[in-house]
Amino acid sequence: MRYETPETAKAAAKLLLGAKGPAKILAGGTDLLVQLRSGMKPPGLVVDIKHIPAMCAIKKERGGFRIGAAVPSAEMGEHAGLGKAWPGVVEAAGLIGSTQVQGRATVAGNLCNASPAADSVPAMVAAGAVARIVGPRKRRDIPVEKIATGPGKTSLKKGELVESIFLPKRPPRSGDAYLRFIPRTEMDIAAASAGVSLTLDRKGVCIDARVALGAVGPRVILVKRAAKALIGTRLEDVMGVLAEFGDALSDYQNICAAAARPIDDKRGTKEFRTHVVGVLARRAALIAYQRAGGK
Amino acid sequence: MSSVAVSTTVNGDAVEVLCDTDETLLDVLRDRLDMTGTKEGCGTGDCGACSVMLDGRLVCSCLVLGVEAEGREVETIEGMAEGEKLHPLQQKFLEHAALQCGVCTPGFLVAAKALLEVNDDPSESEVRYWLAGNLCRCTGYDKIVRAVLDTAKDMRSA
Ligand SMILES: Cc1cc2nc3c(=O)[nH]c(=O)nc-3n(C[C@H](O)[C@H](O)[C@H](O)COP(=O)(O)OP(=O)(O)OC[C@H]3O[C@@H](n4cnc5c(N)ncnc54)[C@H](O)[C@@H]3O)c2cc1C
Ligand code: FES
Ligand code: FES
Repeated sequence: MRYETPETAKAAAKLLLGAKGPAKILAGGTDLLVQLRSGMKPPGLVVDIKHIPAMCAIKKERGGFRIGAAVPSAEMGEHAGLGKAWPGVVEAAGLIGSTQVQGRATVAGNLCNASPAADSVPAMVAAGAVARIVGPRKRRDIPVEKIATGPGKTSLKKGELVESIFLPKRPPRSGDAYLRFIPRTEMDIAAASAGVSLTLDRKGVCIDARVALGAVGPRVILVKRAAKALIGTRLEDVMGVLAEFGDALSDYQNICAAAARPIDDKRGTKEFRTHVVGVLARRAALIAYQRAGGK
Repeated sequence: MSSVAVSTTVNGDAVEVLCDTDETLLDVLRDRLDMTGTKEGCGTGDCGACSVMLDGRLVCSCLVLGVEAEGREVETIEGMAEGEKLHPLQQKFLEHAALQCGVCTPGFLVAAKALLEVNDDPSESEVRYWLAGNLCRCTGYDKIVRAVLDTAKDMRSA
Protein backbone atom coordinates (compact mmCIF):
# COMPACT_ATOMS: atom_id res chain seq x y z
CA MET A 1 0.00 0.00 0.00
CA ARG A 2 1.53 3.28 -1.18
CA TYR A 3 0.70 6.28 1.01
CA GLU A 4 0.80 9.78 -0.50
CA THR A 5 0.21 13.23 0.98
CA PRO A 6 -0.30 15.66 -1.93
CA GLU A 7 -0.46 19.37 -1.17
CA THR A 8 -2.95 20.42 -3.82
CA ALA A 9 -6.30 19.04 -4.93
CA LYS A 10 -5.11 18.72 -8.53
CA ALA A 11 -2.11 16.68 -7.41
CA ALA A 12 -4.45 14.39 -5.47
CA ALA A 13 -6.62 13.93 -8.56
CA LYS A 14 -3.55 13.14 -10.68
CA LEU A 15 -2.41 10.51 -8.21
CA LEU A 16 -5.83 8.85 -8.35
CA LEU A 17 -5.90 8.98 -12.14
CA GLY A 18 -2.40 7.54 -12.47
CA ALA A 19 -3.02 4.65 -10.06
CA LYS A 20 -2.75 1.19 -11.65
CA GLY A 21 -4.99 -0.69 -9.23
CA PRO A 22 -7.59 0.42 -6.72
CA ALA A 23 -6.86 3.76 -5.06
CA LYS A 24 -8.60 5.35 -2.09
CA ILE A 25 -8.87 8.84 -0.66
CA LEU A 26 -8.15 9.01 3.07
CA ALA A 27 -9.97 11.79 4.91
CA GLY A 28 -10.77 10.95 8.57
CA GLY A 29 -10.32 7.23 7.94
CA THR A 30 -13.23 6.31 10.23
CA ASP A 31 -14.80 4.23 7.48
CA LEU A 32 -11.69 3.34 5.51
CA LEU A 33 -9.67 1.94 8.43
CA VAL A 34 -12.64 -0.10 9.65
CA GLN A 35 -13.01 -1.52 6.13
CA LEU A 36 -9.28 -2.34 5.97
CA ARG A 37 -9.51 -4.03 9.34
CA SER A 38 -12.52 -6.10 8.34
CA GLY A 39 -10.63 -7.73 5.52
CA MET A 40 -10.98 -5.39 2.54
CA LYS A 41 -8.04 -5.95 0.22
CA PRO A 42 -5.71 -2.99 0.90
CA PRO A 43 -5.83 -0.55 -2.02
CA GLY A 44 -2.53 -0.15 -3.86
CA LEU A 45 -2.61 3.58 -3.16
CA VAL A 46 -3.98 5.71 -0.34
CA VAL A 47 -4.13 9.46 -0.91
CA ASP A 48 -4.33 11.43 2.34
CA ILE A 49 -6.01 14.81 1.67
CA LYS A 50 -5.22 16.36 5.06
CA HIS A 51 -2.09 18.09 3.75
CA ILE A 52 -4.08 20.16 1.25
CA PRO A 53 -4.59 23.51 3.01
CA ALA A 54 -7.77 24.52 1.15
CA MET A 55 -9.42 21.24 2.15
CA CYS A 56 -8.71 21.77 5.85
CA ALA A 57 -10.71 24.97 6.33
CA ILE A 58 -14.26 26.27 6.66
CA LYS A 59 -14.57 29.52 4.70
CA LYS A 60 -17.29 32.10 4.23
CA GLU A 61 -18.12 32.51 0.56
CA ARG A 62 -20.88 34.62 -1.05
CA GLY A 63 -22.73 34.62 2.26
CA GLY A 64 -22.58 30.82 2.53
CA PHE A 65 -19.99 28.40 3.87
CA ARG A 66 -17.47 26.24 2.04
CA ILE A 67 -16.45 23.24 4.14
CA GLY A 68 -13.18 21.62 3.06
CA ALA A 69 -13.34 17.87 2.50
CA ALA A 70 -10.77 17.21 5.25
CA VAL A 71 -12.51 19.21 8.00
CA PRO A 72 -13.53 16.92 10.90
CA SER A 73 -17.09 17.18 12.18
CA ALA A 74 -15.81 18.37 15.60
CA GLU A 75 -14.50 21.50 13.89
CA MET A 76 -17.90 22.12 12.29
CA GLY A 77 -19.43 22.00 15.78
CA GLU A 78 -16.93 24.56 17.07
CA HIS A 79 -17.59 27.04 14.23
CA ALA A 80 -20.02 29.64 15.59
CA GLY A 81 -21.18 31.12 12.27
CA LEU A 82 -21.81 27.75 10.63
CA GLY A 83 -23.90 26.49 13.54
CA LYS A 84 -26.02 29.63 13.45
CA ALA A 85 -26.75 29.46 9.75
CA TRP A 86 -27.14 25.68 9.46
CA PRO A 87 -27.92 24.19 12.88
CA GLY A 88 -29.47 21.07 11.32
CA VAL A 89 -26.40 20.21 9.25
CA VAL A 90 -24.09 20.77 12.22
CA GLU A 91 -26.39 18.70 14.42
CA ALA A 92 -26.31 15.85 11.92
CA ALA A 93 -22.50 15.96 11.65
CA GLY A 94 -22.40 15.98 15.46
CA LEU A 95 -24.27 12.67 15.56
CA ILE A 96 -21.55 10.78 13.66
CA GLY A 97 -20.06 8.31 16.16
CA SER A 98 -18.30 9.31 19.38
CA THR A 99 -16.20 12.32 20.39
CA GLN A 100 -13.19 10.35 19.15
CA VAL A 101 -14.80 9.59 15.78
CA GLN A 102 -15.84 13.23 15.38
CA GLY A 103 -12.25 14.31 15.86
CA ARG A 104 -11.60 12.70 12.47
CA ALA A 105 -14.82 12.03 10.54
CA THR A 106 -15.62 14.40 7.66
CA VAL A 107 -18.99 15.06 6.03
CA ALA A 108 -17.40 14.58 2.60
CA GLY A 109 -16.25 11.12 3.76
CA ASN A 110 -19.72 10.44 5.10
CA LEU A 111 -21.08 11.36 1.65
CA CYS A 112 -18.50 9.43 -0.41
CA ASN A 113 -18.72 6.30 1.74
CA ALA A 114 -22.29 6.22 0.39
CA SER A 115 -23.97 4.41 3.25
CA PRO A 116 -27.76 4.83 2.97
CA ALA A 117 -27.78 5.59 6.73
CA ALA A 118 -25.07 8.29 6.68
CA ASP A 119 -26.25 10.96 9.11
CA SER A 120 -24.99 14.16 7.56
CA VAL A 121 -26.29 13.41 4.05
CA PRO A 122 -30.07 13.94 4.49
CA ALA A 123 -29.29 17.20 6.32
CA MET A 124 -26.98 18.34 3.50
CA VAL A 125 -29.50 17.33 0.83
CA ALA A 126 -32.24 19.27 2.65
CA ALA A 127 -29.83 22.22 2.86
CA GLY A 128 -29.33 22.21 -0.91
CA ALA A 129 -25.61 21.64 -0.40
CA VAL A 130 -23.38 21.49 -3.47
CA ALA A 131 -20.28 19.30 -3.69
CA ARG A 132 -17.28 20.66 -5.58
CA ILE A 133 -15.62 17.84 -7.46
CA VAL A 134 -12.05 18.18 -8.58
CA GLY A 135 -10.56 16.09 -11.37
CA PRO A 136 -7.11 16.11 -12.95
CA ARG A 137 -8.16 18.85 -15.38
CA LYS A 138 -11.23 20.66 -14.13
CA ARG A 139 -13.65 21.29 -11.31
CA ARG A 140 -17.41 20.89 -11.37
CA ASP A 141 -20.17 21.61 -8.87
CA ILE A 142 -22.99 19.12 -8.35
CA PRO A 143 -25.82 18.81 -5.79
CA VAL A 144 -24.87 16.39 -2.99
CA GLU A 145 -27.85 14.15 -3.80
CA LYS A 146 -26.14 13.30 -7.10
CA ILE A 147 -23.06 11.78 -5.41
CA ALA A 148 -24.25 8.50 -3.91
CA THR A 149 -25.84 6.19 -6.48
CA GLY A 150 -26.43 3.21 -4.17
CA PRO A 151 -24.90 1.56 -1.10
CA GLY A 152 -21.12 2.06 -1.31
CA LYS A 153 -21.32 3.51 -4.84
CA THR A 154 -20.78 7.07 -6.07
CA SER A 155 -21.01 8.91 -9.37
CA LEU A 156 -17.37 10.07 -9.07
CA LYS A 157 -15.23 9.10 -12.06
CA LYS A 158 -11.70 7.76 -11.89
CA GLY A 159 -9.39 10.59 -10.91
CA GLU A 160 -12.14 12.59 -9.20
CA LEU A 161 -12.59 13.51 -5.56
CA VAL A 162 -14.75 15.86 -3.52
CA GLU A 163 -12.82 19.02 -2.69
CA SER A 164 -15.43 20.80 -0.58
CA ILE A 165 -19.09 21.05 0.29
CA PHE A 166 -20.85 24.39 -0.15
CA LEU A 167 -23.78 25.41 2.03
CA PRO A 168 -25.51 28.36 0.35
CA LYS A 169 -26.41 31.72 1.86
CA ARG A 170 -29.52 31.64 4.04
CA PRO A 171 -32.41 33.94 3.20
CA PRO A 172 -33.87 35.62 6.32
CA ARG A 173 -36.35 33.51 8.35
CA SER A 174 -34.83 30.15 7.42
CA GLY A 175 -34.21 27.12 9.61
CA ASP A 176 -33.15 23.49 9.28
CA ALA A 177 -33.22 20.37 11.45
CA TYR A 178 -32.18 16.73 11.34
CA LEU A 179 -33.53 13.85 13.41
CA ARG A 180 -32.71 10.16 13.39
CA PHE A 181 -34.04 7.09 15.15
CA ILE A 182 -31.46 4.68 16.55
CA PRO A 183 -32.06 1.64 18.76
CA ARG A 184 -29.65 3.05 21.40
CA THR A 185 -29.26 6.65 22.61
CA GLU A 186 -25.69 7.13 21.33
CA MET A 187 -23.22 5.45 19.00
CA ASP A 188 -25.54 3.62 16.63
CA ILE A 189 -26.58 3.63 13.00
CA ALA A 190 -29.85 5.25 11.93
CA ALA A 191 -32.87 3.02 11.29
CA ALA A 192 -34.62 6.04 9.78
CA SER A 193 -33.83 9.74 9.57
CA ALA A 194 -35.09 13.02 8.17
CA GLY A 195 -33.62 16.41 7.30
CA VAL A 196 -35.80 19.45 6.67
CA SER A 197 -34.93 22.99 5.63
CA LEU A 198 -37.51 25.80 5.44
CA THR A 199 -37.82 29.49 4.65
CA LEU A 200 -40.77 31.60 5.83
CA ASP A 201 -42.18 34.93 4.73
CA ARG A 202 -42.84 37.79 7.16
CA LYS A 203 -46.19 36.32 8.12
CA GLY A 204 -44.72 32.94 9.01
CA VAL A 205 -45.95 31.24 5.83
CA CYS A 206 -43.54 28.68 4.40
CA ILE A 207 -42.28 29.86 1.01
CA ASP A 208 -39.52 27.32 0.39
CA ALA A 209 -38.83 23.82 1.73
CA ARG A 210 -36.66 20.77 1.14
CA VAL A 211 -37.28 17.42 2.82
CA ALA A 212 -34.83 14.50 2.66
CA LEU A 213 -35.18 11.01 4.15
CA GLY A 214 -32.29 8.73 5.16
CA ALA A 215 -31.91 4.98 5.84
CA VAL A 216 -35.20 4.15 4.14
CA GLY A 217 -33.85 3.39 0.68
CA PRO A 218 -30.61 2.57 -1.13
CA ARG A 219 -29.80 6.31 -1.08
CA VAL A 220 -31.16 9.47 0.47
CA ILE A 221 -34.62 10.37 -0.88
CA LEU A 222 -35.45 14.02 -1.67
CA VAL A 223 -39.24 14.23 -1.31
CA LYS A 224 -40.42 17.14 -3.47
CA ARG A 225 -44.10 16.37 -2.85
CA ALA A 226 -43.56 16.67 0.90
CA ALA A 227 -41.94 20.06 0.43
CA LYS A 228 -44.95 21.14 -1.67
CA ALA A 229 -47.28 20.09 1.15
CA LEU A 230 -45.49 22.52 3.48
CA ILE A 231 -45.17 25.46 1.11
CA GLY A 232 -47.98 28.00 1.44
CA THR A 233 -48.88 26.83 4.96
CA ARG A 234 -47.96 27.82 8.51
CA LEU A 235 -47.46 24.11 9.12
CA GLU A 236 -50.95 23.88 10.65
CA ASP A 237 -51.27 20.49 9.01
CA VAL A 238 -48.39 18.93 10.92
CA MET A 239 -48.96 20.61 14.26
CA GLY A 240 -51.75 18.38 15.60
CA VAL A 241 -50.90 15.97 18.43
CA LEU A 242 -53.02 13.27 16.81
CA ALA A 243 -50.62 13.15 13.90
CA GLU A 244 -48.33 11.04 16.11
CA PHE A 245 -50.83 8.22 16.51
CA GLY A 246 -51.81 6.88 13.19
CA ASP A 247 -55.41 7.68 12.34
CA ALA A 248 -55.12 11.40 11.81
CA LEU A 249 -51.77 11.45 10.04
CA SER A 250 -51.08 14.69 8.26
CA ASP A 251 -50.81 14.73 4.48
CA TYR A 252 -47.19 15.72 4.80
CA GLN A 253 -46.40 12.81 7.09
CA ASN A 254 -48.26 10.39 4.81
CA ILE A 255 -46.36 11.65 1.79
CA CYS A 256 -43.03 11.09 3.57
CA ALA A 257 -43.99 7.61 4.73
CA ALA A 258 -45.19 6.74 1.24
CA ALA A 259 -41.89 7.86 -0.28
CA ALA A 260 -39.89 5.50 1.96
CA ARG A 261 -38.51 2.29 0.43
CA PRO A 262 -36.93 0.62 3.46
CA ILE A 263 -35.64 -2.91 3.89
CA ASP A 264 -36.13 -5.23 6.87
CA ASP A 265 -33.00 -5.68 8.95
CA LYS A 266 -31.82 -6.00 12.53
CA ARG A 267 -32.39 -2.31 13.15
CA GLY A 268 -36.03 -2.29 12.16
CA THR A 269 -38.79 -3.78 10.03
CA LYS A 270 -40.13 -2.15 6.88
CA GLU A 271 -43.38 -1.21 8.61
CA PHE A 272 -41.60 0.33 11.57
CA ARG A 273 -39.22 2.36 9.44
CA THR A 274 -41.99 3.57 7.17
CA HIS A 275 -43.97 4.86 10.12
CA VAL A 276 -41.02 6.29 12.03
CA VAL A 277 -39.61 8.19 9.07
CA GLY A 278 -42.92 10.05 8.74
CA VAL A 279 -42.89 10.94 12.43
CA LEU A 280 -39.28 12.13 12.24
CA ALA A 281 -39.99 14.22 9.14
CA ARG A 282 -42.93 15.82 10.93
CA ARG A 283 -40.93 16.63 14.07
CA ALA A 284 -37.95 17.88 12.07
CA ALA A 285 -40.29 20.18 10.12
CA LEU A 286 -41.61 21.65 13.38
CA ILE A 287 -38.09 22.25 14.73
CA ALA A 288 -37.00 23.85 11.45
CA TYR A 289 -40.14 26.01 11.55
CA GLN A 290 -39.36 27.26 15.06
CA ARG A 291 -35.74 27.91 14.12
CA ALA A 292 -36.95 29.97 11.17
CA GLY A 293 -38.89 32.09 13.65
CA GLY A 294 -42.33 30.55 13.04
CA LYS A 295 -44.76 30.14 15.94
CA MET B 1 5.71 -4.45 2.25
CA SER B 2 6.22 -0.72 2.06
CA SER B 3 8.04 0.57 5.12
CA VAL B 4 8.26 4.28 5.77
CA ALA B 5 10.38 6.24 8.25
CA VAL B 6 8.09 8.43 10.32
CA SER B 7 9.25 11.38 12.45
CA THR B 8 6.73 12.39 15.02
CA THR B 9 6.43 13.72 18.57
CA VAL B 10 5.10 11.50 21.32
CA ASN B 11 4.41 13.12 24.70
CA GLY B 12 6.78 15.92 23.80
CA ASP B 13 9.69 13.69 22.70
CA ALA B 14 10.87 13.56 19.11
CA VAL B 15 10.52 9.98 17.86
CA GLU B 16 11.70 8.26 14.66
CA VAL B 17 10.03 5.01 13.79
CA LEU B 18 9.98 2.70 10.79
CA CYS B 19 6.50 1.41 10.08
CA ASP B 20 4.45 -0.27 7.39
CA THR B 21 1.95 1.95 5.56
CA ASP B 22 -1.01 -0.19 6.60
CA GLU B 23 -0.14 -0.28 10.31
CA THR B 24 -2.34 1.70 12.65
CA LEU B 25 -0.98 4.31 15.04
CA LEU B 26 -2.16 2.00 17.83
CA ASP B 27 0.05 -0.82 16.52
CA VAL B 28 2.98 1.54 16.06
CA LEU B 29 2.69 2.78 19.64
CA ARG B 30 2.31 -0.68 21.16
CA ASP B 31 4.47 -2.89 18.92
CA ARG B 32 7.15 -0.54 17.62
CA LEU B 33 7.53 1.93 20.48
CA ASP B 34 6.71 -0.44 23.35
CA MET B 35 4.17 2.03 24.69
CA THR B 36 1.56 -0.46 25.77
CA GLY B 37 -0.47 1.91 27.96
CA THR B 38 -2.79 2.55 25.01
CA LYS B 39 -5.07 -0.49 24.74
CA GLU B 40 -6.82 -2.30 21.92
CA GLY B 41 -10.39 -3.30 22.69
CA CYS B 42 -12.01 -3.61 19.28
CA GLY B 43 -9.78 -2.15 16.56
CA THR B 44 -12.82 -0.59 14.87
CA GLY B 45 -13.48 2.69 16.67
CA ASP B 46 -16.22 1.40 18.94
CA CYS B 47 -14.63 1.08 22.39
CA GLY B 48 -12.27 4.04 22.91
CA ALA B 49 -9.62 1.97 24.72
CA CYS B 50 -7.09 3.24 22.18
CA SER B 51 -7.86 6.96 22.73
CA VAL B 52 -4.94 9.34 22.20
CA MET B 53 -4.58 13.02 21.37
CA LEU B 54 -3.41 13.85 17.85
CA ASP B 55 -2.51 17.52 17.39
CA GLY B 56 -4.72 18.33 20.35
CA ARG B 57 -7.75 16.35 19.18
CA LEU B 58 -9.12 13.24 20.83
CA VAL B 59 -9.06 10.32 18.37
CA CYS B 60 -9.08 6.53 18.31
CA SER B 61 -5.52 5.48 17.47
CA CYS B 62 -6.90 2.28 15.88
CA LEU B 63 -8.49 4.50 13.21
CA VAL B 64 -5.30 6.44 12.40
CA LEU B 65 -2.51 5.12 10.20
CA GLY B 66 0.92 5.22 11.79
CA VAL B 67 2.24 7.13 8.77
CA GLU B 68 -0.31 9.88 9.42
CA ALA B 69 1.60 10.80 12.59
CA GLU B 70 4.44 12.23 10.48
CA GLY B 71 5.15 15.77 11.70
CA ARG B 72 2.30 15.71 14.19
CA GLU B 73 2.04 15.57 17.98
CA VAL B 74 0.75 12.49 19.72
CA GLU B 75 -0.12 12.41 23.41
CA THR B 76 -0.76 9.11 25.16
CA ILE B 77 -1.58 7.90 28.66
CA GLU B 78 2.17 7.55 29.31
CA GLY B 79 2.44 11.34 29.26
CA MET B 80 -0.30 11.94 31.80
CA ALA B 81 1.47 11.55 35.14
CA GLU B 82 4.48 13.74 35.86
CA GLY B 83 7.01 11.17 37.02
CA GLU B 84 5.56 9.69 40.19
CA LYS B 85 2.97 12.41 40.50
CA LEU B 86 -0.38 11.26 39.20
CA HIS B 87 -2.67 13.54 37.20
CA PRO B 88 -5.71 14.56 39.33
CA LEU B 89 -7.94 12.37 37.15
CA GLN B 90 -5.73 9.34 37.79
CA GLN B 91 -5.81 10.04 41.53
CA LYS B 92 -9.61 10.37 41.54
CA PHE B 93 -10.07 7.18 39.52
CA LEU B 94 -8.19 5.37 42.30
CA GLU B 95 -10.13 7.07 45.08
CA HIS B 96 -13.50 6.36 43.47
CA ALA B 97 -12.55 2.79 42.49
CA ALA B 98 -13.42 3.80 38.92
CA LEU B 99 -11.57 0.79 37.49
CA GLN B 100 -11.60 -2.96 37.84
CA CYS B 101 -9.77 -4.88 35.12
CA GLY B 102 -8.30 -1.59 33.88
CA VAL B 103 -8.35 -2.24 30.14
CA CYS B 104 -10.64 0.70 29.47
CA THR B 105 -8.95 3.02 31.97
CA PRO B 106 -6.20 4.64 29.87
CA GLY B 107 -8.79 5.49 27.21
CA PHE B 108 -11.20 6.95 29.75
CA LEU B 109 -8.42 9.02 31.33
CA VAL B 110 -7.19 10.45 28.03
CA ALA B 111 -10.76 11.20 26.93
CA ALA B 112 -11.75 12.74 30.27
CA LYS B 113 -8.65 14.93 30.27
CA ALA B 114 -9.58 16.18 26.82
CA LEU B 115 -13.07 17.04 28.09
CA LEU B 116 -11.80 19.01 31.08
CA GLU B 117 -9.50 20.98 28.80
CA VAL B 118 -12.47 22.32 26.84
CA ASN B 119 -15.04 22.34 29.63
CA ASP B 120 -13.95 22.72 33.26
CA ASP B 121 -17.52 22.47 34.58
CA PRO B 122 -19.30 19.70 32.67
CA SER B 123 -22.74 18.49 33.71
CA GLU B 124 -23.24 14.78 34.31
CA SER B 125 -24.95 14.37 30.96
CA GLU B 126 -22.13 16.23 29.20
CA VAL B 127 -19.65 13.81 30.79
CA ARG B 128 -21.74 10.82 29.74
CA TYR B 129 -22.15 12.03 26.15
CA TRP B 130 -18.47 12.95 25.81
CA LEU B 131 -17.46 9.50 27.07
CA ALA B 132 -20.11 7.60 25.09
CA GLY B 133 -17.37 6.26 22.81
CA ASN B 134 -15.50 4.69 25.74
CA LEU B 135 -16.84 1.29 26.73
CA CYS B 136 -16.31 -0.42 30.09
CA ARG B 137 -17.38 -3.99 30.76
CA CYS B 138 -16.69 -3.88 34.51
CA THR B 139 -17.60 -0.74 36.42
CA GLY B 140 -21.08 0.14 35.20
CA TYR B 141 -19.75 3.66 34.38
CA ASP B 142 -21.15 5.37 37.45
CA LYS B 143 -17.90 5.50 39.39
CA ILE B 144 -16.09 6.76 36.31
CA VAL B 145 -18.59 9.58 35.87
CA ARG B 146 -18.34 10.48 39.61
CA ALA B 147 -14.54 10.51 39.41
CA VAL B 148 -14.57 12.86 36.43
CA LEU B 149 -17.10 15.24 38.02
CA ASP B 150 -15.16 15.22 41.29
CA THR B 151 -11.88 15.96 39.50
CA ALA B 152 -13.48 18.86 37.65
CA LYS B 153 -14.74 20.28 40.94
CA ASP B 154 -11.30 20.02 42.59
CA MET B 155 -9.51 21.47 39.58
CA ARG B 156 -11.87 24.44 39.49
CA SER B 157 -11.19 25.31 43.11
CA ALA B 158 -7.44 24.71 42.80
C1 LIG C 1 -17.42 3.87 15.95
C2 LIG C 1 -18.00 4.49 14.73
C3 LIG C 1 -19.25 5.07 14.78
C4 LIG C 1 -19.81 5.65 13.65
N1 LIG C 1 -21.04 6.23 13.76
C5 LIG C 1 -21.61 6.83 12.67
C6 LIG C 1 -22.88 7.47 12.79
O1 LIG C 1 -23.48 7.53 13.86
N2 LIG C 1 -23.40 8.03 11.67
C7 LIG C 1 -22.75 8.00 10.47
O2 LIG C 1 -23.28 8.54 9.50
N3 LIG C 1 -21.55 7.40 10.32
C8 LIG C 1 -20.96 6.81 11.41
N4 LIG C 1 -19.74 6.21 11.29
C9 LIG C 1 -19.11 6.11 9.96
C10 LIG C 1 -18.06 7.20 9.64
O3 LIG C 1 -17.51 7.75 10.83
C11 LIG C 1 -18.64 8.32 8.80
O4 LIG C 1 -19.16 7.80 7.60
C12 LIG C 1 -17.62 9.43 8.49
O5 LIG C 1 -18.28 10.61 8.13
C13 LIG C 1 -16.62 9.07 7.40
O6 LIG C 1 -15.77 10.17 7.19
P1 LIG C 1 -14.17 9.99 7.11
O7 LIG C 1 -13.63 11.33 6.83
O8 LIG C 1 -13.66 9.30 8.32
O9 LIG C 1 -14.07 9.03 5.85
P2 LIG C 1 -12.91 8.07 5.33
O10 LIG C 1 -12.93 6.80 6.08
O11 LIG C 1 -11.63 8.80 5.22
O12 LIG C 1 -13.49 7.82 3.86
C14 LIG C 1 -14.72 7.13 3.65
C15 LIG C 1 -14.84 6.75 2.17
O13 LIG C 1 -15.04 7.90 1.35
C16 LIG C 1 -13.94 8.09 0.47
N5 LIG C 1 -13.64 9.53 0.54
C17 LIG C 1 -13.37 10.24 1.68
N6 LIG C 1 -13.20 11.54 1.38
C18 LIG C 1 -13.35 11.66 0.05
C19 LIG C 1 -13.30 12.77 -0.86
N7 LIG C 1 -13.05 14.01 -0.44
N8 LIG C 1 -13.50 12.53 -2.19
C20 LIG C 1 -13.77 11.26 -2.63
N9 LIG C 1 -13.83 10.18 -1.82
C21 LIG C 1 -13.64 10.37 -0.50
C22 LIG C 1 -12.83 7.21 1.00
O14 LIG C 1 -11.96 6.79 -0.02
C23 LIG C 1 -13.58 6.07 1.62
O15 LIG C 1 -13.98 5.15 0.65
C24 LIG C 1 -19.12 5.63 12.42
C25 LIG C 1 -17.84 5.06 12.36
C26 LIG C 1 -17.27 4.49 13.50
C27 LIG C 1 -15.92 3.90 13.42
S1 FES D 1 -9.47 -0.27 19.94
FE1 FES D 1 -9.78 1.64 19.03
S2 FES D 1 -11.80 2.07 19.55
FE2 FES D 1 -11.59 0.06 20.29
S1 FES E 1 -12.51 -1.64 34.17
FE1 FES E 1 -12.67 -3.41 32.97
S2 FES E 1 -13.41 -2.62 31.10
FE2 FES E 1 -13.50 -0.92 32.37
